[in-house]
Amino acid sequence: MALKDFKLKDEKFARTLVFINCLVPAILLVTDFARGRLGANPLDFMTEATGTLALIFLLLSLSVTPLRRLTELNWLIKFRRLIGLYAFFYLSLHFLTYIWFDKFFNFAEIATDAMRRPFILVGFTAFILMMPLAVTSTNNMVKRLGGKNWNRLHKLAYLCAILGVTHYFLLVKSDITKPLAYATLLAALLGYRIYIAYFPPTKGNIISAPSPIPRR
Amino acid sequence: MLIKQADDIKSSEITPERVYFSRRNFIRAGLLAGSTLATGALYQGFLAPIPEVNYQDPNVIARGTASEAGEALTPYSDITSYNNYYEFTTGKYGVARRARNFVTRPWTVTVDGLVNKPKTYDLDELLGLTAQEERIYRLRCVEGWSMVIPWTGLPLSAVLKEVEPHGDAAYVAFQTIEAPKQMPGWNSSGLDLPYVEGLRLDEAMHPLTLLASGLYGQPLPAQNGAPLRLVVPWKYGFKSIKSIVKITLTDRQPPTTWNIAAPREYGFYSNVNPNVAHPRWSQAKERRIGEFLRRDTLLFNGYADQVAGLYDNMNLRKNF
Repeated sequence: MALKDFKLKDEKFARTLVFINCLVPAILLVTDFARGRLGANPLDFMTEATGTLALIFLLLSLSVTPLRRLTELNWLIKFRRLIGLYAFFYLSLHFLTYIWFDKFFNFAEIATDAMRRPFILVGFTAFILMMPLAVTSTNNMVKRLGGKNWNRLHKLAYLCAILGVTHYFLLVKSDITKPLAYATLLAALLGYRIYIAYFPPTKGNIISAPSPIPRR
Repeated sequence: MLIKQADDIKSSEITPERVYFSRRNFIRAGLLAGSTLATGALYQGFLAPIPEVNYQDPNVIARGTASEAGEALTPYSDITSYNNYYEFTTGKYGVARRARNFVTRPWTVTVDGLVNKPKTYDLDELLGLTAQEERIYRLRCVEGWSMVIPWTGLPLSAVLKEVEPHGDAAYVAFQTIEAPKQMPGWNSSGLDLPYVEGLRLDEAMHPLTLLASGLYGQPLPAQNGAPLRLVVPWKYGFKSIKSIVKITLTDRQPPTTWNIAAPREYGFYSNVNPNVAHPRWSQAKERRIGEFLRRDTLLFNGYADQVAGLYDNMNLRKNF
């Protein structure tokens, strides 16, 4: 049996499986924090970890389409919105750690920070741009916008990922290994899309608008 | 007419519905457990490894809890597990493990340049030049965190007096050991190594400037710069160069590693100053390790009374 013949038989359970697995890092982060296992600087650790997780989930959501085309497992698309929402979830936690542990809700300070520090501004912009994507991730919103418009809007995810990687580059001191690794992954994911745009695959009819999630 | 056909499968062989569903639930539970374990392992092994804190020594912790300034000492376990030592790794939590096999004996320190009596000291001879003192200093990292650390060591001035600097010596240059084979992060630090630092001679001669060989009354651990490091408490932490093998007196300002890496961001002086922001982040506040709220950063890290005189008539914004 070829990989492409692998059918998604139990969609509801698969969805639960993906949902719980995406939540695992958050659960571990919080329990490690509660148990005092995050080292000498737990607050900065949480800020870094949530930022990394946001970036990883964003890249994972951008990996769905290439993976789907390469494996011809079309049902993979069913998990894309969920993974994208998790990217927003971790980004929100990242933002929360910043305004809480870093600025202690001093909004004047946050405003000056955003204006003066490019890496804050870039991160902030990514967070704001992710908001409409999160809001329009319901079945209802997909219907209201129509598949075409929805797809167009959600191309913003590419920009968010670019901003996220830029944010990372701007904040490291000298060792760019990690931001470079994420930049390479992102370049591959975006490069794939450019390639497809110029050399569209002839066979197969791949729709990238999301299929509605069945009601539970 | 109804023709009775023999069933392919005997009814006794059909899995009862109850068993069928319980088997499915069993597989589901297995998938759930297996995948979450794998995700958890991926997360902890690769994305956010739990910082290793295995240098906890109860004897050490029991000593002194409050410094002279009334500020609590940072726990030994935190000081020895949260380090910036790029020759080992750029991750602060991993230095201790990677520096475990770093060889610090025998060790020599060469003091040369514009001096009457250049000399290569054996470490123990150097440490015996004068009585070791305990000094409790604040340490403020340029990244925005700080600690209160009880160092043991000798004033740098004691060593410099010993070699008799020339009248035209105006600066002191320091160099960290060049030991790529012992330092696993050597090629991925993003820095031009070996690490070099420098002070003006009057800064080097200042009574606060310390050559530290111990921490909490014990020999300095490798991750903290064993066997001998500089401690200049009114400057950002990176000025306090670790694992020193060479001290050279010169008549011109020596190059310094972080200044070479990013001249706009790290100046030669690098005095702690809440009013002069790092180009990418503010320096107005700091997180004292162990505290929740950020505290205000003090000019010259709270040592203005002792050191501000060194910088009279100097523009601290320009000479950052």
